[in-house]
Amino acid sequence: MREFWDSTIGKKVFVAVGGTILVAYLVLHMAGNLWSLAGPGTVEPHIDEYASWLRNFGEPLVPYEGTLWVVRAILLAALVVHLVGVIQLRARNRKARPPEYPARRIGRSWESRLMMVSGVVILVFLVVHILQFSTLTIDVTPLVEGAIYANLYWAFQEWYVVLFYLVAVFLVGTHLRHAIWSVFQTLGVDSPERNGQIKAGASLLTVVIVAGFAAVPILFFTGALGVPIDNEPTAAVLAGGGGQ
Amino acid sequence: MSEMNGAASTNGNGLPDARIPDGPLSQKWRTWLDAHHLVGPRNRPGRSVIVVGTGLAGASAAATLAEQGYKVKSFCFQDSPRRAHSIAAQGGINAAKDYANEGDSIQRLFYDTIKGGDFRSREANVWRLAELSANIIDQAVAQGVPFNREYGGSLATRSFGGVLVQRTFYARGQTGQQLLLGAYSALEWQVKAGNVEVFSKHEMLDLVKVDGRARGIIVRDLETGEIERFAADAVILATGGYTNVYYLSTNAMGSNVTATWRAHRRGALFANPCFTQIHPTCIPQSGDYQSKLTLMSESLRNDGRIWVPRKPNEERPPAEIPDAERFYFLEERYPAFGNLAPRDIASRAAKHVCDDGLGVGGTGRGVYLDFREAIAEQGRDAIEGKYGNLFDMYAKITGDNPYETPMMIYPAPHYAMGGLWVDYELQTTIEGLFAIGEANFSDHGANRLGASALMQALADGYFIVPHTVTDYMTVDHGEVSTEDAEFGRVQDEVEERLQALVDVDGTIVPQEFHREMGMVMLDKCGMSRDAEGLKEAIAEIRRIKADFWENVRVDPGIEELNQSLEYANRVSDFLELGELMCFDALRREESCGGHFREEHQTEDGEALRDDEDFASVTAWGWGGEDGEPVPYDEHLEFENVELATRSYK
Amino acid sequence: MRFNLEIWRQFDRESNGHFESFTVDGIDPESSFLEMLDQLNAQLGREKQRMVAFDSDCREGICGTCSLVIDGYPQGPRQVTACQIYMREFTDGATIKVEPYRNSAFPVMRDLITDRSALDRVIQAGGYISTKTGPQPDPNSMPVSPETQKEAFDAAICIGCGACVAACPNGSAMLFTGAKVKHLNLLPQGQPERTTRVIGMVEQMDAEGFGGCTNYGECSRVCPQEISLDVIGMLNREYRKARKDEQPAHRAKMTAQ
Repeated sequence: MREFWDSTIGKKVFVAVGGTILVAYLVLHMAGNLWSLAGPGTVEPHIDEYASWLRNFGEPLVPYEGTLWVVRAILLAALVVHLVGVIQLRARNRKARPPEYPARRIGRSWESRLMMVSGVVILVFLVVHILQFSTLTIDVTPLVEGAIYANLYWAFQEWYVVLFYLVAVFLVGTHLRHAIWSVFQTLGVDSPERNGQIKAGASLLTVVIVAGFAAVPILFFTGALGVPIDNEPTAAVLAGGGGQ
Repeated sequence: MSEMNGAASTNGNGLPDARIPDGPLSQKWRTWLDAHHLVGPRNRPGRSVIVVGTGLAGASAAATLAEQGYKVKSFCFQDSPRRAHSIAAQGGINAAKDYANEGDSIQRLFYDTIKGGDFRSREANVWRLAELSANIIDQAVAQGVPFNREYGGSLATRSFGGVLVQRTFYARGQTGQQLLLGAYSALEWQVKAGNVEVFSKHEMLDLVKVDGRARGIIVRDLETGEIERFAADAVILATGGYTNVYYLSTNAMGSNVTATWRAHRRGALFANPCFTQIHPTCIPQSGDYQSKLTLMSESLRNDGRIWVPRKPNEERPPAEIPDAERFYFLEERYPAFGNLAPRDIASRAAKHVCDDGLGVGGTGRGVYLDFREAIAEQGRDAIEGKYGNLFDMYAKITGDNPYETPMMIYPAPHYAMGGLWVDYELQTTIEGLFAIGEANFSDHGANRLGASALMQALADGYFIVPHTVTDYMTVDHGEVSTEDAEFGRVQDEVEERLQALVDVDGTIVPQEFHREMGMVMLDKCGMSRDAEGLKEAIAEIRRIKADFWENVRVDPGIEELNQSLEYANRVSDFLELGELMCFDALRREESCGGHFREEHQTEDGEALRDDEDFASVTAWGWGGEDGEPVPYDEHLEFENVELATRSYK
Repeated sequence: MRFNLEIWRQFDRESNGHFESFTVDGIDPESSFLEMLDQLNAQLGREKQRMVAFDSDCREGICGTCSLVIDGYPQGPRQVTACQIYMREFTDGATIKVEPYRNSAFPVMRDLITDRSALDRVIQAGGYISTKTGPQPDPNSMPVSPETQKEAFDAAICIGCGACVAACPNGSAMLFTGAKVKHLNLLPQGQPERTTRVIGMVEQMDAEGFGGCTNYGECSRVCPQEISLDVIGMLNREYRKARKDEQPAHRAKMTAQ
């Protein structure tokens, strides 16, 4: 395993596998987000119900939020492997091709050229995103624990939050378009006959993920999604959180 | 065998005996193998061999000797052994395997080769070549050479010029490349195993003899310019042919005669230098500064029809010329073989129609090679499958699409049948110095058949020289060190010569002298020759040589990478060789194969051999800087074939 | 035709290089790029200036000796070797930049000549079938379907010119290595060494300091032999499987002891 990790090809396989786990999570996350499109609901927003279902998943066999933490641990591990692999490969590549004489771009797709930029921005976004909606640390808009719908609603009333999320989602898209196809190539599960389909599939999946993620801020911002039932955020804060 | 190992005896006129084993033709090689001496496996690592050149012959010999356990040092001037010019061979490799079930046999391959060579090669050598041909295919396939296959998965074959059976195995139009990469991979395997050391970008500049035996070489490291000495128990030259003497040829830019020429100057006789092959299917010359000509595989003649317009100065595009106004000159003159007539004959026929003013293309020195009918009959896909890469290559070079418009071709110098004289064991007249592949003169007589060069190079390298060198090394010729005085003396001479080139300090680059001499050679010692022209050529070459030593421009700096020095040194040797070729062509008062003397032809313009006086090999000795070369004859005995007029009609 | 040339000059491995400008005039449009450089050198020779060092040999696109980077394109802008580029493809009066390959595994020897022996060492690490010269089975005892032959052949045609490495922003030799692995690992003769071959070659490739693949595909886009990027997929697959397969073998060996 050590030899495998030490070789460029092996390291790339790790990067690819880590990336694949992250993509799989993205799909689930995106699907979960879509609950917010069900609107504020009459009693409790569907997204809030979904969120508490996630937290309670597996109880009483696993403790409260247990499954969530397992998933988080896997994601963190995947992210670390992905990042360390990429950083080491990047260092190798810069040594192999000194940056003073950059290679002319010969038909390289712009998404693939942007991989490093998009990756770094996505990483920054990830941190901000967690600080905003998970730990509720960045409270430029009113945030209440558990009140997912309301939190989203108020956050996406601000143009700069919407813009930030849209840019991030767009970069995730560019990252994925090259990444998903690359996974097939790196794992060697491509084949000349199927490469066209694989590339088309990568693009399709990318579009679906981007559209799914982008829909939420856009629909909130344009007012297509209604105000939360308790439309006075400060009241909720005063009530001690916990939504309805 | 009594002759083995001993000092070479002579055949009475100064030329060593060819040491052909006794017995029936088909048993000679077996007899030799059964009787030759062996070196025990434990003693082999103590014996060393130098192999110069890493083409098919050199790489296969170096790899095989290393597998046997000898310590091998392999040299090439290219930056990797894989780049030797065998890589450019296209069409195929002959083998008498009769996969096509046409009644082919060793006997038939033997006879075709002897006849193709216009009865100027040694029966015993050619038989051995035919006998070993099948093993080469087996060896190459075992190495992973991807020969073309039939639908059932068995090997495919096709026909080639001068032959009525389909015995040519091929790997698309890149057979030489694939075979060389096979031999190269065997060589690299032995490098990894620690049995071979490869010295790339090292050029042999001289041979060192100690006590009359070849014991080492002087080389120049082409990157650092350092002159280095290497010693060994035997030296093998696999340095290819000398057709670059014509400047414009199908050879690589670096192909040169230096190694064999220096060996010649040290006492190795040079045989049949005037036997050079002009290949009929090359892309015609297009400009004055052109540096080389590109060959289109002869296999194209399987399906392409060669013609010129019947009317001189025809201006219509080829597609508009009706059949009746097309002169299919090969089909008309040689109905039995048609477009598949042997190379020398096809080339000369093309030259004649162009001399008559029927040539096409910008320079009037071109003929059409037309696939219109083949495409109509077999479909474009079938033609693309057989020749796709050749068509692409043609289109890349000329900008014309051969699927739409006929190709234009013209003969170009391609191969040297002549080379260092060797005996049956491929040993030159210097003991311990062997020459293999195109570097020797042995198997192709006065004309080589298509797809036989690869066969001969690999037969020599894989199956012959490893055994004959072993036999030579059974005798311990004593230790030799590069500290020996002889090494020092030869190194000094090499350094003086390089210094002399630099010291000229002229203004004309070596390429210009090369071009000038090439024109003289092509014009007067090319596809057809006559006494008067040859004498003029000798005078002109001497003039160019004098001019060269007065005016050549070489960058100063011997101890550094210096391409102009490399080039000038090679040209200086070509100038000496060119003169020898003219002497040889002048002395051979007959026409045979690629050597066509205007004075000796039949009424209908075919070559007229003189078996009475010239059924022989002429081996030339170095006559000294100012002297004339000295000829020796080896009479060729034909016990198994009847000397016949070579007819392809 | 007339051209302005910006040519990289570097004395040897140790020295620093720089671009030097030259003008050539009276160039025949049918001249190849290398013949144009020949004419430049003839001109420099007349002026007793040091000539430009560049490598070439067969000049018909098969030996792989050419190693120029023309206007940023390894071998030239048309996906053929530099020797098959013709001056008719350039506009009269154009300025053309000529550089050597720029990656650490191929040090510059002088001017436009680089040392590509790293590729030979990658072959030494497994790019062969270990079979000695001698009696071999009849080839027809080992049938290969024309489809497999074609696939192997499309990889085997690599000329080892290194343009793939030069084009790669990471200086990766995956296309070169992949081509040889694909050629040999597809054929029946290549099966016994299938695992050791790919492991050996990949380790050597890494040891030579080549970079990793980021699937840009530029290698394949400049390859004069048009070798497909698929060979890299196969190399990845073969390597992954080889590492997996070698594990049980190790365990078996330990039990036996």
